[in-house]
Amino acid sequence: MATKTKSKRIGSMELTQQAYQQKAAKYQPKRNVLLNCWRAFWVGGTICLLGQIIQNMYIYFFDFTEKTASNPTVATLIFLSVLLTGLGVYDNIGQYAGAGSAVPVTGFANSMASAAIEHRSEGYVLGVGANMFKLAGSVIVFGVVAAFIASLIKSVFQMIF
Amino acid sequence: MESQNPSARVSRQTWYFDQDVRLLSSAVVVGPKEGKGPLANYFDKIHSDLYAGQQTWEDAEKQLMADAIQILLKKAGIADKDVDVILAGDLLNQNITTNFTAEQLEIPLMGMYGACSTSMLTLATAASLVNAGYATRAIAACSSHNATAERQYRYPTEYGGQKPPTAQWTVTGAGAGLVGIGGSGPRITYATIGKVVDMGVKDPFDMGSAMAPAAASTLQTHFADTGRSPDSYDLIVTGDLASVGYPILKELMLAQGYDMDKVYNDCGLMVYPPDEADVLAGASGCASSAVVTYGYIVDQLNKGLLKKVLVCATGALLSPVSYQQGHSIPCIAHAVALEGGI
Repeated sequence: MATKTKSKRIGSMELTQQAYQQKAAKYQPKRNVLLNCWRAFWVGGTICLLGQIIQNMYIYFFDFTEKTASNPTVATLIFLSVLLTGLGVYDNIGQYAGAGSAVPVTGFANSMASAAIEHRSEGYVLGVGANMFKLAGSVIVFGVVAAFIASLIKSVFQMIF
Repeated sequence: MESQNPSARVSRQTWYFDQDVRLLSSAVVVGPKEGKGPLANYFDKIHSDLYAGQQTWEDAEKQLMADAIQILLKKAGIADKDVDVILAGDLLNQNITTNFTAEQLEIPLMGMYGACSTSMLTLATAASLVNAGYATRAIAACSSHNATAERQYRYPTEYGGQKPPTAQWTVTGAGAGLVGIGGSGPRITYATIGKVVDMGVKDPFDMGSAMAPAAASTLQTHFADTGRSPDSYDLIVTGDLASVGYPILKELMLAQGYDMDKVYNDCGLMVYPPDEADVLAGASGCASSAVVTYGYIVDQLNKGLLKKVLVCATGALLSPVSYQQGHSIPCIAHAVALEGGI
């Protein structure tokens, strides 16, 4: 890229942007990928384990089948996530766990609830309603597009073979 | 060598205040987290509630700035009609904290924006207006609030996204200073206005790396223009380079022969306890340099524990739109020299 090699002046010093960025890089603490993976694994795993426990409870106590129990299970996890978001706890879990708390359905619920809380001050229509999907919106858009393409491929294959 | 009586215009970037321009009084108001920090004793008011008794974060920030200005007027023993102009700024779109706060005051307003360098941008301009005689007394003020800044620049406050270790924590607080001629208080002697520097850093979660070259540019210009060196000062602080930008600046300065080691600190490393994990690299925001300068530094100058201090406030001039459109972060730094006991 042209801008990368451009030479700039810092006071009386000539320095290319690239040279500066190399100089700066040694002072930038790196994300600890291994530690982050471990934290994401155990927190994400625990959330999934919790989901399994909830599902088993619905099956055992409320006579749901394995298939029908999934909806109330997801709803319960979403409720818990929204509650923790409202109590100001979920962002702390997120800072610790990274993808571990972002990838499960609880992370999706958090992105919507946090945006809703944030924009409550601008009213229900222009605030909450308009901004609730600010972060989750792209998940829905690309999720739907990906699902459409996947089903299209599946249909074409079924027609041919 | 430093000349004894420089003219008002030292260079394109550096001004000398040839009148007896002084920081007559100052006031600092902060939020709960800052109130637990090592500088808590130097703050005039600590809100125990991040909402500062208001309904929204934006109103809370307004309350901080309004409180700082009211406390400032009270400490100086003057009324708002005794002040000719207020120069103030914040981080929110259209400078709403400043504009809405000034509406409650009977003082002519000049709203300014320099991102986190606003603290010294306003102080330098206030000093120049007073020195030139356009104002007898001027107020310089700025504010930032953690939750309003998160919304403005990043994600909703309660969003559980993970921030990298280079990210910083926006200070909730406001600082204000009263500038006038004569009387007591530290003298404002020099101001060096920065140029915009962009070294191609694109990561909005790494402001320290982005801003360090701007600070180096302004500091080197300041030393070259005034004939001073780092040793001329008891303390030199940058605004909010934090733990990433701090060593970068030292290296950039040393490469040009300026050894900063003995006198250099960064406000971003002074506001919170060193072991405070959730602030990551350190403090940021207009209030970072403002609360340190108008609280701690002014106090030390008045007590004679510091004699000469150079405050170099650093600002990252990005917007969420410029970042999303792939632009790197242009940065700026403005420096003001404060001198006690003269």
